[in-house]
Amino acid sequence: MKGITKNDLIIRIGGEGGEGVISVGDFITQACAHAGLDVYTFKTFPAEIKGGYAMYQIRASTEQLYNQGDTFDVLCAFNGEAYDMNRAHLRPGNAFVYDSPSDFTPDIPPGVFAYPIPMTQVSKEMNNPRAKNMVAMGALSILFNIPVESLREVIAAKFGRKGEDVVKGNLAAFERGRELAKALDKTDPWTLGTPKAKRDVIVMSGNNAIGLGALIAGLDFFAAYPITPATEVAIYVAKHLPKRGGTLIQAEDEIASISQVLGASYAGKKAMTSTSGPGLSLMSEMLGMAFMSELPCVVVDVQRGGPSTGLPTKHEQSDLFLAIHGGHGDSGRIVLSVESIQDCINLTVVAFNLAEKYQCPVLLLSDGSLAFSTQNVPYPNPDDFHVVNRKRWNGEGEYRRYALTDDGISPMADPGTPGGMHIATGLEHNEAGLPSYSSANHEAMQAKRFNKLKNVVNDVDPVEVDGNGEADLGVIAWGSTIGVVREALQRLRTEGYKVKGFYPKLLNPLPVEQFEAFGATCKRLLLPEVNFQGQLAHFVRAETSLRPESYTICGGMPFTPEMIVNKVRKVLS
Amino acid sequence: MNAPIHPQMHLHKVDLKPKDYKSDTPSFWCAGCGHYGVLTGLLRSLSEIGVDQNYLVNVSGIGCSSRLPYFVNSYKMHTLHGRAGPVATGVQLARPDLSVVITGGDGDGFSIGGGHMPHLARKNVNMIYILMDNHVYGLTKGQVSPTSRQVMKTTTTPYGGLEEPLDPVLYMLTYGATYVGQAFAGNVKLASQLIKEGMEHKGFAFVNLLSQCPSFNDIDTAQTFKEACEQVPDSHDTSDLSAAMNAVNTAKQAGRILTGLLYKTERPTLDERMAELVKRVGGHKDYDLRKIIDLARP
Repeated sequence: MKGITKNDLIIRIGGEGGEGVISVGDFITQACAHAGLDVYTFKTFPAEIKGGYAMYQIRASTEQLYNQGDTFDVLCAFNGEAYDMNRAHLRPGNAFVYDSPSDFTPDIPPGVFAYPIPMTQVSKEMNNPRAKNMVAMGALSILFNIPVESLREVIAAKFGRKGEDVVKGNLAAFERGRELAKALDKTDPWTLGTPKAKRDVIVMSGNNAIGLGALIAGLDFFAAYPITPATEVAIYVAKHLPKRGGTLIQAEDEIASISQVLGASYAGKKAMTSTSGPGLSLMSEMLGMAFMSELPCVVVDVQRGGPSTGLPTKHEQSDLFLAIHGGHGDSGRIVLSVESIQDCINLTVVAFNLAEKYQCPVLLLSDGSLAFSTQNVPYPNPDDFHVVNRKRWNGEGEYRRYALTDDGISPMADPGTPGGMHIATGLEHNEAGLPSYSSANHEAMQAKRFNKLKNVVNDVDPVEVDGNGEADLGVIAWGSTIGVVREALQRLRTEGYKVKGFYPKLLNPLPVEQFEAFGATCKRLLLPEVNFQGQLAHFVRAETSLRPESYTICGGMPFTPEMIVNKVRKVLS
Repeated sequence: MNAPIHPQMHLHKVDLKPKDYKSDTPSFWCAGCGHYGVLTGLLRSLSEIGVDQNYLVNVSGIGCSSRLPYFVNSYKMHTLHGRAGPVATGVQLARPDLSVVITGGDGDGFSIGGGHMPHLARKNVNMIYILMDNHVYGLTKGQVSPTSRQVMKTTTTPYGGLEEPLDPVLYMLTYGATYVGQAFAGNVKLASQLIKEGMEHKGFAFVNLLSQCPSFNDIDTAQTFKEACEQVPDSHDTSDLSAAMNAVNTAKQAGRILTGLLYKTERPTLDERMAELVKRVGGHKDYDLRKIIDLARP
């Protein structure tokens, strides 16, 4: 069997929810990462609990990956629905592995390499119909050179808990699938490259990585209300926070969860909640209180399609307006956004550090595509992270909770501190915390609360610039769109285009100087984002002199590198 | 049944007079307001228990009654309308060594904050909720509240109300509060006794104090409250939930308000269950994070 080595391969597996699609995807992902390949996965779940179409796409490569890719090279269909859902996407050159005989007989489009595998039939013959997915995985491993030893290890490890018989049964089905594929004549060009070396990595989803980042930052208290696609943050924290002696609670609603977080923060603890757009809307009033009473807190918003209930399981970057300005009155907060799983860990730690230092709410924006995407990241050494704790009163003199200081930061006093008694209030207050509605006081206190945030830009890497010198076009991107733009720009440069990228991670306060400096090096600017209104473009136009061209989509899916490449070609033509 | 005393309550015992618990901030309530009685009762209870102010957190929402924390010497939070319950839950769970007291009104607790009430009670959050129930919205100058009588005319019900009032005590009994008492705020002796016992009680204590509003409620005066109140008989079994509900309801049918300790029981508090959970998983502050990170190795 021959094949051209393809260092970057995308395999899409589709079937009915419950048929083991997600398991196969996870196994292949784990095995590839285990063997030393880069992985970047993308999943869609049916909105229903049982049945419905489930899809798992794995991109594996010997090179570093930044996104889920354009489209698949290999399609594996467990049933007729998976074929129907994807037939329009089958392109010449694709490999197509499918269950046969089955409930469907596909028309093979010209140029598509077809490999019928009797998945259902063989698993039934082996009296193990649930191992249909293992037959498929065996076939895929032979056809596309998926690291077989790693796959065997993963099968043994994952089924180990269920007993030796289950491991044996699944391994047998896997080996049977390999034999079936060996007997086929491989005609397509797709063969996964061999990894350079094994590396010390972990593989995590965005939601889990945020939970891990919080643990590293020293999370003490967590409260949340279940909501798609953020629930897995709570699930991860619920499992692991008690091991660190921390406290968590499932609140009766999102108003309660942010309220509990502020109570815990007042009591001296590092506290966080996680939610999605509808929950963040409900938290708006309490976030104003957090700003007013200067209580540190971290709020994670895993964005989904809106408005209203919207598209709960779909991808969108449409909560930026809400994150920055949601709530009544003149209210401020810090807003960070993550590009990747690595960011989900690192920027969660940064979010806690900023909350503690600046005594204000910090919102961390993730999105539906990162929530369930798994990627490999280097094993994080918890000792390598810089962790900040709030400034506490030293006990000298008379304590004034909201003392006006040069940097606007007033030391806090945990309950139990003798002489530190004070009130946290949503009313405008004087330095002692007592209600004060005088013009002079309100102006001084608003200035205190806003001016302290001017220093945030110096405490973080607010932006990343991709490329040097002058460019014909600069692309500004935020969130997971950044990874798509990175790859698009690499391709465009090989075609001779002079392009640069600008990737802000701090979105409020907006790093205006960095925007201006970047804009000065680009003849034109493009700003792709996954929302209808062009929300970041709006802020850039409002706060800087730059006038980026907005490129928006809101179809529930992320951009692909190809979309960005085509758009840039068009803009520069 | 005698439930054990809230173990933290006596950890930092001090010897202070009621006036030592009063802050320098002057009360802003109207002359004749029933809330003065609540404040007096609270200060007396704090002194009798000997609560260390540094370990006391008084939490409130919004309303006339929710200004009470300003008048108390302690750590305190004046939060948002209806949110005292969950904020206080966060304080108490994060720091079970603190004594947490909520003071708030009937609109704050049972209208805008009504969704939180069941969860404070069923979770048995170890704290006391003192409801200052004057059957009216006072800070906005007189509108119907969820405990207003239907006949009451207010600025938003100029022709009389349309709705039946709810009974906070019956709700809290149903929701699973482990200590429920009721008194007329003007009866400082009974009010402070219930607050003291409620604070010392291990679990979620709810004390409803009927408090007249001389400015905006002229049908529920100190006099009418006083006349309607009827002390629960000595024979009342405070461990019998059905008996408590029946007694409250029977009195209500007769136009009476049953006062005194109505119900008291014991069950693990939320922070106790959390501590037990942490113990079960072998959790501690220095648990090696690497053991958790290792689980994500492929």
